[in-house]
Amino acid sequence: MTSTPAASAPLLSIRDLSTWFHTGGRSVARAVDGVSFDVMPHETVGLVGESGCGKSVTSLSILRLIERPGRIEPGSRIDFEGRDLLSLDDRAIRAIRGNRISMIFQEPMTSLNPVFTVGDQIAEVARVHSTASRREAWERAVDMLQQVGVPAPADRAREYPHQLSGGLRQRAMIAMALMMHPALLIADEPTTALDVTIQAQILELLAELQTRVGMSILLITHDLGVIAESATRVLVMYAGQIVEEAPVRTLFDAAHHPYTEGLLSAMPRLGDRRERLTVIPGTVPSPTQWPAGCRFHDRCAYAWDRCRTDAPPLYQIGAGHVSRCHLAAEPARRRAPAFAAAAPAS
Amino acid sequence: MTAPNAASARSAPPNGIAPLLAVRDLVKHFPITRGVFRRRVGAVRAVDGVSLDVFPGETLALVGESGCGKTTTGRAILRLIEPSAGEIRFDGADVRALGGDALRRLRRQMQIIFQDPFSSLNPRMTVGAIVREGLTIHKLAEGEAADARVRELLDEVGLRADVASRYPHEFSGGQRQRIGIARALAVEPRFIVCDEPVSALDVSVQAQVINLLEDLQREHGLAYLFIAHDLSVVEHIADRVAVMYLGHIVELADADELYRRPIMPYTQALLSAVPVPDPTRQRHRIILSGDVPSPANPPSGCPFHPRCPHPRKDDACTRLVPPLEEKEPGHLVACIKQTPTTVSWPEQQSAGGTMQPERIIPDALG
Repeated sequence: MTSTPAASAPLLSIRDLSTWFHTGGRSVARAVDGVSFDVMPHETVGLVGESGCGKSVTSLSILRLIERPGRIEPGSRIDFEGRDLLSLDDRAIRAIRGNRISMIFQEPMTSLNPVFTVGDQIAEVARVHSTASRREAWERAVDMLQQVGVPAPADRAREYPHQLSGGLRQRAMIAMALMMHPALLIADEPTTALDVTIQAQILELLAELQTRVGMSILLITHDLGVIAESATRVLVMYAGQIVEEAPVRTLFDAAHHPYTEGLLSAMPRLGDRRERLTVIPGTVPSPTQWPAGCRFHDRCAYAWDRCRTDAPPLYQIGAGHVSRCHLAAEPARRRAPAFAAAAPAS
Repeated sequence: MTAPNAASARSAPPNGIAPLLAVRDLVKHFPITRGVFRRRVGAVRAVDGVSLDVFPGETLALVGESGCGKTTTGRAILRLIEPSAGEIRFDGADVRALGGDALRRLRRQMQIIFQDPFSSLNPRMTVGAIVREGLTIHKLAEGEAADARVRELLDEVGLRADVASRYPHEFSGGQRQRIGIARALAVEPRFIVCDEPVSALDVSVQAQVINLLEDLQREHGLAYLFIAHDLSVVEHIADRVAVMYLGHIVELADADELYRRPIMPYTQALLSAVPVPDPTRQRHRIILSGDVPSPANPPSGCPFHPRCPHPRKDDACTRLVPPLEEKEPGHLVACIKQTPTTVSWPEQQSAGGTMQPERIIPDALG
């Protein structure tokens, strides 16, 4: 690693991450099942997928926030700034959380402590991770609130979370997360609970702060629109695995995996008044019993015998573009249109 | 709230067809009380003078951000929440004057589908009992006939008949939403309030439920009041769209017209803020400053004026409540700065106006 130029070394490197939940009996929920990806310095990587695909468990695993019965399985590896996060002791990982790697969550109300003022909670980050005095920490907290665009930050800092609107709470969370100028910000559905006009403000703020602070962002969301506007590279998760990875334009222009293709065509979009939406039939399978072979085969319009038995590897499709689909080996089987034949549901 | 709004809701009705639902100046204020004697110290003006029509077989969407009053409007129309004032006519009948049996009979024709498929189904009842309840209450079917009807309804929403003996917790969000739809359909309504019916669902399942709602509308001639915050979903499903802000309808037009040429500055900002799944598209995005004000303490004049980016905003906007007026055929907008307006320039000047309105072609969403 020492010979690699710094610019091309990944900031975060995840290899074969498996996080399973041993829920008693013989059933094991394999929520994350062999996930590998890198995050480079200064880039925004989008991690997209539907509920239950394992995207949030992946992000919690990076910070080792998995509690029993969940377990990061042996053989998983998470390297960050050259250190193996999974081998660190509790004290060492705590020194990284909120300092080098920060996280913001979907629901700012439940992530902020209701009995402390916003300023106290933000200042605490500086008290824990630096030798700042109480007063210095408070001043830095107020300064940080100002940087994230909170009006009258000195007054707001003395207020409690419930006194702030949803948009201001999310700004306060971002202020807390960025207090120590982290190298990596994990944003788990940062705008899902917000209205679109507020969402636009927050996305703009994140982009601006990223340029200013020079951090990397791992953006976790179910909203492909948010991905298109914010990410440079996209990972698509389905059933605990990454099924496609591509630069953002490639993903939207030339998605390879049938699941990605289905997601893109199932979403209504502005300016596109089709008579019927195309659908992905069926529902996401349960993590205790992922289907054999390709995990998407029972919902896939192209599936053939091989898909039911052989688990597909990640095939290289193009530069920085991989897809976990046997169509890469047998492209002739892709017959259009895959999801157009959306039969009436009844 | 006053005269200008009263005749407002008629945007492009199909010629000669009477509205199925006509709402005029609907108001719902929730009292704010304080102390042990619950002294009334104010009111949350959740719905503040809403007028709209819903025609047979159409989908009128009610869109807006959280707290704009769209859900309260839907519930007040069904009298699930008692309105404070206003008139609601369903098929000619005065909904607010009805009580007891007459109201119950009317409710058979007006149903609701809720947002949260997890809390809107009784966990102790089987799916069959949930769907059957309406049949029993309205004495539509009993015994064998009711069983057959339940099977038919489940089939219609795309569920297998054998799910009738199972409980809601055994189903995914999308399937539960189908159960909720079957329950609403059981009593053969003509009008359904769909309150964010797909907001809690994943994209792939959302498309299934939207298609189902459209199929059912076509087959049964249902009229929908479709309440939603997702503008992409609304554009897909709605015939006409009403945009709400702080308890007021601020724009109402055909869906095509509203999305192509929004006139109210709020609608323009709202549409420009929707993330578009196309990374190559460079957009002119209008970023609004600040948050939606509290409906307990709404701004004077135009409810949108504190955040409005309109270049001609002036003191008249802070003093005059803009009437919802027809700016283009069938296109109703509440803004005194977008011409043509019935609020004349002298009238605006006497309210402190310094910027004369001028037609501003809304920056197309490109």
